[in-house]
Amino acid sequence: MFNNFFHKLASPKYFYGISGRIIPWVAGACLLLVLAGLYQGLIVAPPDYQQGDSYRIMFIHVPAAWMSLFIYVVMAGAGAIGLIWRIKMAEIMAISSAPIGASFTFLALVTGSLWGKPMWGTWWVWDARLTSELILLFLYLGIIALHGAIEDRRTAARAVAILALVGVINIPIIHFSVEWWNTLHQGPTVTRFGKPAIATSMLIPLLLMALAFKLYYVFLVLMRARCELLEREANTGWVRELVEPK
Amino acid sequence: MNLNEFLHMGGYAFYVWTSYGIALVVLLVNIIAPTRQRKKLLAEIARKTRRARRE
Repeated sequence: MFNNFFHKLASPKYFYGISGRIIPWVAGACLLLVLAGLYQGLIVAPPDYQQGDSYRIMFIHVPAAWMSLFIYVVMAGAGAIGLIWRIKMAEIMAISSAPIGASFTFLALVTGSLWGKPMWGTWWVWDARLTSELILLFLYLGIIALHGAIEDRRTAARAVAILALVGVINIPIIHFSVEWWNTLHQGPTVTRFGKPAIATSMLIPLLLMALAFKLYYVFLVLMRARCELLEREANTGWVRELVEPK
Repeated sequence: MNLNEFLHMGGYAFYVWTSYGIALVVLLVNIIAPTRQRKKLLAEIARKTRRARRE
């Protein structure tokens, strides 16, 4: 049954239909989580004893940074599946992820800068964490540009998948940069073995926002994938039926 | 906690609110772009289909 579901999901017509029905629910759940996260993070959670209220930037910064890595891995994985098995939906998922990943990377960098200024006294340092995250942004932008530069959709998808796979090397570098090199950036407080080094009242909004951003990605990648599908399949019967039901 | 205190963010108002503001703008633009693109695509396909049928 499960196999059958994935098989059907790979069919453009079925995907278009089911994603259209899923999107409002994902968007609604995402909105509720954002509101709960903002309430917990901006109102309920107390100021930090060292950083005062500035640490509240974390509730955007950390989930955005997590998403920037997560989306990259999903994109490279979908690209690989498209490359190996020539599944059209996988190619579409890969390229639809790129602009969303770029947005989260941009947010992680900008909010990090806005947090760094009052805490470190500088907007930017060329340390390992910041530099590797900046490279991630360039990877995303490169992938978007490469896709736009190649006319044929399937060739473009293959080129994008290869570039994305080469760029995967950057992901562990970003993740471990704060442990491998001495840096201004603080180490991980949540994603480490054992107990998270963060108060529960601050962990709850952080996790709420992280979950909200995940749903936001699902919501957006489905929206983008539907557009990409319409563009690619504009001349097929099911799309014509869609715009002009018999 | 009163509203002024909340908006003041312990002196970090500029940094905190700019972060949240930029996040809001980026996340909204990301929703608007594919919504508009889908409408445009559907209209375009409908127009082409009509034209094809007339010929």
